[in-house]
Amino acid sequence: MSVLTMPVDAAASARRILLVYRHSPGLLAASLLVPVAMVGVFGYVFGSAMSVPGGGGYREFLMPGLFALVALNAVMPAMVGGARDAGQGVTDRLRSMSVSRLGLLTGQALADLLVAAAVLVSTALVGLAAGWRVRHGLGPALGAFGLLLLFRFACGWVGTALGLLLGKEETAGQLGALVIPFGMLTSAFVPTGGMPGWLAAVAEWNPVSAVAEAGRQLFGNPSAPGGAWPAQHPVAAALGWCALLLGLAVPLAVRSFARSGR
Amino acid sequence: MSDPVIAVRGLSKRFGATAALDGLELDVPEGAVCGLLGPNGAGKSTLVRILATLVRPDRGTARVCGHDVVKDAAAVRRRIGLAGQYAAVEEGITGRENLELLGRLHHLGATEARARAAGLLERYRLTEAADRLVRGYSGGMRRRLDLVASLIARPRALFLDEPTTGLDPRSRREIWSAVKELAQQGTTVLLTTQYLDEADRLADRIVLLDRGRTVADDTPARLKAAIGTLVEVVLPEGADLERARAVLAALTGGHPAVDPGQGRLSAVSDPARPLALPRLVRELDAAGVTASDVALRTPSLDDVFLALTGAERGRSGAVEDLGRVA
Repeated sequence: MSVLTMPVDAAASARRILLVYRHSPGLLAASLLVPVAMVGVFGYVFGSAMSVPGGGGYREFLMPGLFALVALNAVMPAMVGGARDAGQGVTDRLRSMSVSRLGLLTGQALADLLVAAAVLVSTALVGLAAGWRVRHGLGPALGAFGLLLLFRFACGWVGTALGLLLGKEETAGQLGALVIPFGMLTSAFVPTGGMPGWLAAVAEWNPVSAVAEAGRQLFGNPSAPGGAWPAQHPVAAALGWCALLLGLAVPLAVRSFARSGR
Repeated sequence: MSDPVIAVRGLSKRFGATAALDGLELDVPEGAVCGLLGPNGAGKSTLVRILATLVRPDRGTARVCGHDVVKDAAAVRRRIGLAGQYAAVEEGITGRENLELLGRLHHLGATEARARAAGLLERYRLTEAADRLVRGYSGGMRRRLDLVASLIARPRALFLDEPTTGLDPRSRREIWSAVKELAQQGTTVLLTTQYLDEADRLADRIVLLDRGRTVADDTPARLKAAIGTLVEVVLPEGADLERARAVLAALTGGHPAVDPGQGRLSAVSDPARPLALPRLVRELDAAGVTASDVALRTPSLDDVFLALTGAERGRSGAVEDLGRVA
C-alpha cells in the first residue's frame, strides 16, 4: 500500500516545500544571496591577506570550499523544519494517515535539491565573476557539481533526522548554530598545513573538507591537501562520507518520524 | 450499525513509572459524540493517540471501525481524522493549498482534491481566507482550518484532542457548530477537552477518566443527576471554616472544597442522602456556625468532574473558570 503510494506522497510533500518558496520570494532570494555575500566576504576581505601554499589564487582555492559550505548549510533549515513539524503536530497528522513515511521525507529532500541546484548555479556564476575557473573540462566539473548536490542531499537528511529527533523548534535552532563552527573546522577556507597537527587531522577528516578537496581536484583549482587519507583521496572520501551520512540519516529520519511524540 | 465504531478492551499504556491508561474499556456507537474528560495526566491524549495509531498500547486491544489499531493500522488510518491541540498546518502556504495537499496525501486525484478542498472551505466559511497564507490567519481560523483538514477523506471516526484549547469564545462556538454538524451527518466523534461546558454542549456521552481508568460513563444529564446536589455555604469574615467544613462533610458524605479567601465552602451531596435546606441550616447552627449564605443547586458538569476526580476546587484554574462560563 504505502510502497505503491510513495511517488504520490513524495510529490505532494515536495510540492509543499516548493509552494512555500513560491509564496516567499524573499526566502529564495536570501538562499541565492547568501553565497554571493560569502564570496564577497571570504574571497575579498579574508582573501586580501591569504596566499595558497604552492601558488594559485586564493579565490580559486576558496570557491570549492564555499560550494561545500553552502551544501552544509542545508542542515540548519532542515533541522528547524523537522522539529517544527514534529512539535506542532504536523507529523502526528501525517502519521495518522495512510501515507508512505519514506515517500514524504524523500519528497522534501528532493524539493530541497531543486532549490540547492539554483543556489549552486548562482554561487558558480558569482565565483566565475570573481575569477574562479573550471580547468579540467566539463566532465569532471559536472561530476563535482553532482557530488556537491549529493552532499547537500545527505546534509538535508541529517538535518531532518536531527530535527525530528529533537522535536522542539527552539532547541533545533540553537543546536543548528553549531553548523557554523563545524563548517569552519575544515580546509574550506584555509589549507590545513598551518594548523597544529591534531587540528589538521580533525579538519582533514571533516566531510566538508573532503567535499571541498574533491571539488578542487575535479575543477582543477589550486589546493594544498594535507596528509590524511581523505585529503589524499578526496573524491573517494567525499563519496564515502555521503554514503555513510545517508546510511545513518535516512533510517534515523524515518524512525524518528514514525516515533515522534511518543 | 450495531458494532461500535470505537471498541476498547483492557487498554493499558505506561510511560516509565506512570500508568497513562490502566485497563480502560470503552465503546462508542456510530454517530455518537463522546466527550473524554479528566484532569491533566488522566490518559485522555494517550487514548486518542492510541486510537489514531500514533502510539502502541502495552496491553489490551482497540478497534476503530472494526479494525485493530495495531495489527491493521493502515485500514484504521484510511477511516479516521485527527485534529490535535495545535494547528497542524503549513503556515507558509494558503489554506486552500494545505487542504489540496492533504487531499493528494489521502490519494484523491488532483481534480477531486481540488473540488473537496473548495467544498470544505465553503462549508466551513473559510472561502474568503482560502487564498491567503495561513501565517496571516487568526488563531481561531487556523484551528478551524486544522479541523477541516481532518475531514478531507470523509472520516467515519474523528478524534479531536482539545480542539478549542486557547481559543476565544467566538472561535470556540464556531468549532462547536462544525463538530455538531459533523455528528449530525453521522461521523463518530471522540473529543477530549478540559472545558466542561464544551463537553456539556457537544457530547451526548461523557467518559470521565482519572489515572487511566473510567470513573464515569453516561449522558451529561444523568451524570449530573447521579452526583446529587451541590451545597454551597458562604461564611462571614472571621468565621470558623474548619467547623463548617466538618458539618458539611458529615451531611454530604463528601469532601467539601474550601475557598478561605471568599469564606466559601462547597460540597456535592451523596444522592443516596438527600439534603434539605432547613436541615443544613439547623446543623450549621448547632455547630455554632452562622452562615451569611446557604444554597443548594443542581450541579454543573464541573461539579461532577470535581466530585468524581476528587480534585480540589480552585487547584485547576481552567476547570474553575471555564466551567463557570456554561
